[in-house]
Amino acid sequence: MFTHTRGRLALVSAVAVGAVVALAGCASGDPLDEGTSAEGSETLVVGSQDYYSNEIIAEIYAQALENGGFTVERQFRIGQREAYLPEIESGSIDVFPEYTGSLLQALDADAPGGTADEVYSALEAALPAELSVLDRAEASDQNSWTVTQAFADTYGLTDIASLTEVTEPITVGGNSELETRPYGPTALKETYGIEIAGFTPVEDSGGPLTVKALVDNKIQLANIYTADPNIASNDLIALEDPDGLFLPDNVVPVVSDKVDDSAAEILNEVSAALGADTLVALNAQSVNDQAAADTIATDWLTEQGLI
Amino acid sequence: MNLFASAIDWILDPANYVGLNAIPLRIGQHLVFSLVTVVIASVIAIPLGYLIGHTGRGRGLAVTTSGGLRAIPTLGLLTLVALWVGIGVVAPYVALTVLAIPPILAGAYTGFEAIDRRTVDAARAVGMSELQIVRKVEVPLGLPLLIGGLRSATLQVVATATLAAYVADIGLGRYLFSGLKTRDYAEMLGGSILVILLALALEGIFALIQRFVVPRGVSGRLASTPTTRTGSPAAAR
Repeated sequence: MFTHTRGRLALVSAVAVGAVVALAGCASGDPLDEGTSAEGSETLVVGSQDYYSNEIIAEIYAQALENGGFTVERQFRIGQREAYLPEIESGSIDVFPEYTGSLLQALDADAPGGTADEVYSALEAALPAELSVLDRAEASDQNSWTVTQAFADTYGLTDIASLTEVTEPITVGGNSELETRPYGPTALKETYGIEIAGFTPVEDSGGPLTVKALVDNKIQLANIYTADPNIASNDLIALEDPDGLFLPDNVVPVVSDKVDDSAAEILNEVSAALGADTLVALNAQSVNDQAAADTIATDWLTEQGLI
Repeated sequence: MNLFASAIDWILDPANYVGLNAIPLRIGQHLVFSLVTVVIASVIAIPLGYLIGHTGRGRGLAVTTSGGLRAIPTLGLLTLVALWVGIGVVAPYVALTVLAIPPILAGAYTGFEAIDRRTVDAARAVGMSELQIVRKVEVPLGLPLLIGGLRSATLQVVATATLAAYVADIGLGRYLFSGLKTRDYAEMLGGSILVILLALALEGIFALIQRFVVPRGVSGRLASTPTTRTGSPAAAR
């Protein structure tokens, strides 16, 4: 019995070792391996957040790279930053669309705010050595304090500071983490002296429930991403933020060192074409027309003459 | 283990016992919300269940419908209702009531069906009206199973009422959502522990009630031989 078990163990071990050797053989014989590959034929892994708008950008990167002769593997909808950042840092993802301010804060919680360029430089410095960011786009998708147009008209609101003019109680709505964020209700009171009457949790990250609550006047102030097409389609207005309460969140590709100069050039051309209003238009195709990310990406790249 | 210790610390932290986010206040909201939900569901499900149990009609429909209700994902229903009526407590009440109806309905009609048909026939033979049969025979004899249904519904509602915090500022779910999003796992686990304790406490209370509602004379019979639930009525017919 004992020897029988031992014999089986040995067999299992032999198979396991054999498999490892065989796999190793495959790896060294990989025709796409570095060194044997011709310029522009390496496989690049493009990732995206579990956020429809981020997936559209990732798809644009992927198709632009494919058009440039690269082989692309898509790892989309990975999750939120906590889930995918270690993957990028470990080098298993080569290209990832990110947002300058939010990524900077994830890497360095005490990072100071500033203009889009200042945040971009701070981000370059904060990234680990094996990662870098390419050119940032003008397009951004950032947090905002948003009110309805009617509410803004009643009190003549333009920027966040003007909320002090409001005479009725203001209820803030959003994900529960908003309550403790550095730009949250406490900051509004301490920085601007805005009286906040209460906080109502609406846990859908500025989605349809938040928009409805705002339109129904159940909440008066909500945090909605600026590239959300619902802002325009529901007559909402994102209050201006001249003091930089929110960090600028420009779209930027985070890349590993597998991304060579020619790939970088392709991505930089894409970023140059991603203007301030582009993202809202692209998101609207997804939200209002239910178009798929790859269709939206192909249409836009073709229209821009990039593919 | 460390996380567990910090969760206990979080529960015991005096700072969590003041203000609008105090633990006793959240427990109270959670409890009131859950009990009101079970009451609403009872008002709908008990008369319906009694009608099905007494007449023996519509049982198939009730089984299918309540099976279907059970399959509805509560968060999805809550979001749909909230998109219709707006944020606040109404949407969670609707979603959780739908969750609570099937077990109460099942408890009500199986309670009637579990009664030996000969007992009901005897009641009819001594001249009781249908209403008297329901009031004096079927309701008391069916009570243990009804309480069982209420117990199961209450447990499910208390455990799921955390979802109320998705669109309203109430209940222990607030700790879960805010802990999850800010990665304050001590708060999240602490909130979960409170939900579990609340559920266990209510379970204990219902177990006691269930013991006391068995009528004298049938004591132990229904509770100890649950196989007669489905066996005897079918055999009698």
